[in-house]
Amino acid sequence: MSGVPFLLPVDWWALGAVIALSGGAMALLLLEFLPHGPESNRAALVSLVTLLAAGASVFVVRDSRRALFDGMFVHDGITVFFTFLFCAIGILSVLLSWDYVKRTRINRTEYYALLLSSTLGMVIMAGSNDLITVFLGLELMSLALYVLVGFRRSHLESNEASLKYFLLGAFASGFLLYGIALLYGATGTTNLQKMTAVMSDSPMLENPLFVVGALLLVVGLGFKVSAVPFHMWTPDAYEGAPTSVTAFMSAGAKAAGFAALVRVGLSTLGAVRTDWVPVLSAIAILTMTVGNVTALLQNNVKRMLAYSSIAHAGYVLVAIVAGGRDGASAALFYLAVYSLMNLGAFGILTLLGRGTEERVLVSDLAGLGFRHPGLGIAMTVFMLALGGIPPTAGFMAKVYVFGVALKAGLVPLVIIGVLNSVVSVFYYLRITVAMYMEEPQAEPTHVSWAVPGALAVLAAVALTLWWGVQAHALLDQAQRSVLGGM
Amino acid sequence: MIPASWSLLLSAVVFTIGVIGVLVRRNAIVIFMSVELMLNSGNLAFVAFARQLNSLDGQVFVFFVMTVAAAEVAVGLAIIVNLFRLRESVFVDEINLLKG
Repeated sequence: MSGVPFLLPVDWWALGAVIALSGGAMALLLLEFLPHGPESNRAALVSLVTLLAAGASVFVVRDSRRALFDGMFVHDGITVFFTFLFCAIGILSVLLSWDYVKRTRINRTEYYALLLSSTLGMVIMAGSNDLITVFLGLELMSLALYVLVGFRRSHLESNEASLKYFLLGAFASGFLLYGIALLYGATGTTNLQKMTAVMSDSPMLENPLFVVGALLLVVGLGFKVSAVPFHMWTPDAYEGAPTSVTAFMSAGAKAAGFAALVRVGLSTLGAVRTDWVPVLSAIAILTMTVGNVTALLQNNVKRMLAYSSIAHAGYVLVAIVAGGRDGASAALFYLAVYSLMNLGAFGILTLLGRGTEERVLVSDLAGLGFRHPGLGIAMTVFMLALGGIPPTAGFMAKVYVFGVALKAGLVPLVIIGVLNSVVSVFYYLRITVAMYMEEPQAEPTHVSWAVPGALAVLAAVALTLWWGVQAHALLDQAQRSVLGGM
Repeated sequence: MIPASWSLLLSAVVFTIGVIGVLVRRNAIVIFMSVELMLNSGNLAFVAFARQLNSLDGQVFVFFVMTVAAAEVAVGLAIIVNLFRLRESVFVDEINLLKG
């Protein structure tokens, strides 16, 4: 070889989404130098184009399989699936933010630049095949989210949420990093494939470095997906953040955390699966139960949905405990459906209120179903879907997850999961009851209609119902993605 | 030569100090410093293992982690300063609007 090649031999197409998202985020920061008014749509439009470009570039190479950068980043079925999912989450979030950020006077270019960086971090997490890349992706996603949560700078709640999220998030990163260091010491590598190979040669369960390292890794990732007992930040961060950011992080950050867990579960931990079943089962049971029971007590819809998102993390964990390719595809399916329902439900909350006021208490929804029938029907669809009632996609997602768990012989876990779903219906229906059967006590909530936001909600309703009826299309996609994994 | 196990022991001690610091201190800035201790103990463990395993990977990772830690400082201090402007306090016990 003559000299050092100027460019690494890299398939740039496989990195298309990463390049598009980083380019878009930087372009937005440069655009800030050109003057624009407070009502400008420029940043939102640029980020929409960027996200569409990222999605399109993945679409071009959706069937190719590559390992890039010495195996640190892989472009395989799971990467493609999650990149599509994150681009979709990003697009819906941009549409929901469109008027919300103008209304709450946070329409700054950085808002969208941070949204794109955070999406980029998620994509890197989904595609990383090395624990260091997981760490980098996770930090890129989280650092952008810490700022987004505190984006209403003059708003005390927003700042408080940001501080809590940041301190606990950094704490969890410390655990994750130390876990990675210990795993590196035990196996001599941080690459997931090589780690699996090392483990099949020599069993690692006798090695305390490996056991402690893996436990710390689970703690770090468990924090990001807000599994109990690492969930304390979730309700505060979700409640204090601007609602459009809550929508984005509740869907995206959770899916990204699970993307990393699915990858680790399929390769490294999968090799010693039986030994992890008790630990992960306990976390799954706690997560489902604590999330659902605490959600019953909430009067703030944002907080209630935060606890509900904790409970949903528990259902996905059931799929991960079931393990194998079936478990992974059920988890992928569940995550896609969950993201959609949650974006929709939070999306409706972004439309409520006038100016900077927030109308997110259950009592604020009173009578909304009759005054705004479209909004009422949409919210009802999301609540039924979150509760897992047919014919919505939420029902099919739960059926697949529990079906896979039954096949894996996890009967107690399934029983607890189903009981939890029943409990959850109470608080989801409470919102529907408030909308249709209660009269507003004070001034009825003003609805700030906005075309982009309404479009996003409409798209979420349509897909929630469509995947409820035609679930196999999405499930096929999820199964093929997992089979296409390395 | 100092054996690698000593460095590992030191990193474990520093990590534990960091964890305890986060759990018992109530000043946001001190909590944040404890988090940095945790990250640095990870770095120390990486270097020690790299030496023990005779591979360069671990030493390279430290650079990544240092970059991340620097970015985290920038974001974290900005958040704490902004909160201080509004509340004139950095004690996490006094920051308690959100609950339920």
